[in-house]
Amino acid sequence: MTSKPRDAKPSARQAIPIRRIVNESGIEIKPLYTADDVVSTGGVDASRPGEAPFTRGIHPLMYRHRPFTMRQYTGFANAADTNERFKYLIANGQTGLNVAFDLATQCGYDSDAPEAIGEVGRVGMAIDTLRDFEIAFDGIDLDAITVSLTINGAAAVLIAMYLAMAEKRGYDIAKLRGTAQNDILKEFIGRGTWIYPVDPSVKLVADTIEYCAKVAPKYSPVSVCGYHIRESGATPAEEMGYAFSIAKAYTDAALARGLDIDEFAGRLSFNFNIFGNLFEQVAKFRAGRRHWAKIILEEYGAKKPDSGWLRMIAGGGGFGLTIEQPENNIVRGAYYALIAALAGAQTMALCCYDEAYTIPTPKAQRLSLRTMQLLIEEIGLADTVDPLGGSYYIETLTNQLEEKIVEAMNWVDAKGGIVKAVSDGVIQAKVSQYAYQRQKALESGALRKVGVNCYMDSDEEKPEVALHGYDEMGAIEQIESLRKVRAERSNDAVARSLATLRADAQAGRNVMPAMMESVKAYATVGEMSNALVDVYGRFQEPTKIWYRVA
Amino acid sequence: MSNRRIKVLLAKPGLDGHDVGAKVVVHALMEAGFEVIYTGLRQTPGEIAAAAAEADVDVVGLSILSGAHLPLCRRIRDLLQEKGLHDTLWIVGGNIPEADRMVLKQLGYRGVFPTGSRTDEIVNFIRENVK
Repeated sequence: MTSKPRDAKPSARQAIPIRRIVNESGIEIKPLYTADDVVSTGGVDASRPGEAPFTRGIHPLMYRHRPFTMRQYTGFANAADTNERFKYLIANGQTGLNVAFDLATQCGYDSDAPEAIGEVGRVGMAIDTLRDFEIAFDGIDLDAITVSLTINGAAAVLIAMYLAMAEKRGYDIAKLRGTAQNDILKEFIGRGTWIYPVDPSVKLVADTIEYCAKVAPKYSPVSVCGYHIRESGATPAEEMGYAFSIAKAYTDAALARGLDIDEFAGRLSFNFNIFGNLFEQVAKFRAGRRHWAKIILEEYGAKKPDSGWLRMIAGGGGFGLTIEQPENNIVRGAYYALIAALAGAQTMALCCYDEAYTIPTPKAQRLSLRTMQLLIEEIGLADTVDPLGGSYYIETLTNQLEEKIVEAMNWVDAKGGIVKAVSDGVIQAKVSQYAYQRQKALESGALRKVGVNCYMDSDEEKPEVALHGYDEMGAIEQIESLRKVRAERSNDAVARSLATLRADAQAGRNVMPAMMESVKAYATVGEMSNALVDVYGRFQEPTKIWYRVA
Repeated sequence: MSNRRIKVLLAKPGLDGHDVGAKVVVHALMEAGFEVIYTGLRQTPGEIAAAAAEADVDVVGLSILSGAHLPLCRRIRDLLQEKGLHDTLWIVGGNIPEADRMVLKQLGYRGVFPTGSRTDEIVNFIRENVK
């Protein structure tokens, strides 16, 4: 700081009582920030972008070198319909894919399982075997377009399918890039597509990290999600703190396999939310980058600087969107995109304006894509790195947010660590209590929401919203094609590979090699998931204590 | 209405993992003085009907956000009737479009609370409709 801090001159204005404002993370917001605030909270991090601890960005030139990847969440019905939508988005300038799977796939059931009734192809694409993956990615250049699979409980199966599909098409999987969400711990806290109990679930994540480190070292096997925890009920600081606690649990599990931290830490990625106060969000990302770098480089002693990169997709904002006055979501989406760009996200995805209540229409998806493109082409967001860096307000908040992130991580540690906190249900309890307080604040009007508790439409002005239809015939066709695959494949080869999978799981070996063999034999998602259920059992959700624990 | 505490079973049928709303409603109902049993995620229609019968509840509440509310509510209606629970109050909440609300009411779900409903609406509805 070279400029001399000056206190605001006393004036008649100071007599006006000002409303106390505390942001969601619990930091009191002053009406004015000066250099003194920055100094008293720890000063400005003098590192340049691309230098540890990466407060200002993980790359020296950030968007000046390459704008953020645009990766809208897409997938519905079957592989053929989804393939068509992928191609539509790519033709419109989208630079990555973010794949949505239906709930049967996500929970490890085949399309003809009784549990899948009514869900086949509903909230995402139905996948039963490798055949579906071959169709879904047909004609898409997997080197030019990186693919992110939003899959968790069944992640080991679908990572194997993706690698096998790419290998079959002639790609060298040692060079293949891509990401799987594969963050099971957050599924127990929010989102809910778990299959196995907590401990074997974490073991499977470690299997994928270990396998990818050896076989597909450019592939990102995990994207740790603060995102859904924030949606389910957490402050921005807790969102980041809990994500780091989770990421540390996976890191410890991978280290226990004998991997070196530098073999895999650089491939860990993250997924964060962007709704809420703009400045608080931007500070959250800056503080998060700095703190993650400290964890990996100082605490774990990584040698490669890029092991400490907080690589992330930032986006969504689902909780911020409303079914009331849905057009307002177009405006919210634009502000959320601005937040992600100001925060220096490598990859961005926006919830579409109709996504508060339905699967987005192509028009809504194109609008989200255009929103992101506008930032780069018209508004100048890609011109300079960390444009808010140096602001007294942002620098102060960055320092304060880092403290709050540490507080959230300490809370988890006090509960015995994230795996125990999840198994006991105490973190679920905390998150659901926050959600209830948030709902009460919305209902009382203490938390203002345009179109919901202020500036509401009168009843007759309420628009009828259009919902994405569900095609029952599509489910029948999916089941027919699954039965065709079952009839055509070598059932002996399937039985052999599944037996190996079960035996490897039983013996505590890495299941990924057997998973690859099973996938290549066209075993189904349900068959592979059930083989592991035979060994691990199914998760039983703790429901008795979650509303009582403080 | 008798002096007995109103007893509610709140269930998440099917594979849908969106449980923020269901848990918020559990908190609100408990704060309103009701006794609440929350099933957690991934309950089959059979498990829900059995739990409702076993706990002898006054209200069966379902929360479904995936869009699969019609097939699930039909199946659960059949099973609740088989268990002789047609006298209990059935309510459902979630991502439910206008056109489906009447269908659900015809199925016997007297209270339908689409996303965006206030928790006090649900509490009041239960107070007014439990016999």
